[in-house]
Amino acid sequence: MNISTRRLDKTTIFDVSGDIDFANSPEVRQSVLREIREIHTARVIVNLRQVRYIDSSGVASLIEGLKASRDLGSRFILIGLSTSAREVLQLSRLIKVFEIYDNEEQALAT
Amino acid sequence: MLAVYSNPRWLSVVRGAVERLTETLGFPAVQCRSITRAVDEALTNIVRHSYGNRLDQPIALYFRSAKRCQHGEIEGGLEILLCDRGRALDLNTLRGRPLEQIRPGGLGLHLIRQAMDTVEFTRKGLTNQLRLVKYLARPRNAV
Repeated sequence: MNISTRRLDKTTIFDVSGDIDFANSPEVRQSVLREIREIHTARVIVNLRQVRYIDSSGVASLIEGLKASRDLGSRFILIGLSTSAREVLQLSRLIKVFEIYDNEEQALAT
Repeated sequence: MLAVYSNPRWLSVVRGAVERLTETLGFPAVQCRSITRAVDEALTNIVRHSYGNRLDQPIALYFRSAKRCQHGEIEGGLEILLCDRGRALDLNTLRGRPLEQIRPGGLGLHLIRQAMDTVEFTRKGLTNQLRLVKYLARPRNAV
């Protein structure tokens, strides 16, 4: 898995690629939480377009990001969900909990 | 049979093997993904709960064909046994959390149960054994 970071004004976009599983989900969690809690970015976007697989620990990392952003009044957005990622969020009944857009343009326009 | 260690780096290897196996057996794509996800979550549970995140402990996976009679027809399927020699698992700690709670953790067991037709935990001597079975349903209008 690889995470790259782009910063645009008050928005940070994490472009994640590869599989997110128990071996590397702590890296996702750490990156997201640092951005929200320490850098206080107003809008954090996680781009999952290149993520083929995400397990429950990866979902847990995203939930932690969502909760941290709610606590601090910022926004936490997911974009580009793969079929597998969408399935996991639907099966865990979290698909409507997250703010989700198809692509970066839509997320930035909101 | 597939033997791996309790190091999370092996997870992707097992996922790759299970995905190819289920594809070869003819499971629909959505079930190939869900079975693969179930095995991955089960392995993660072994690493975390049975072996307490130790990286060098043995895990064995056995893959066998399964059969059952359903509505007068024989259905084939896949049986997967995951065996480890970690601490005995308390089933009460593996119930998973209610899905209406929005908090991290506790999703893995739900994903396993949603994917598989059979999920059975047993302790045999010093071995934990998790038996997962998924049957390949025939299309209703198949001849």
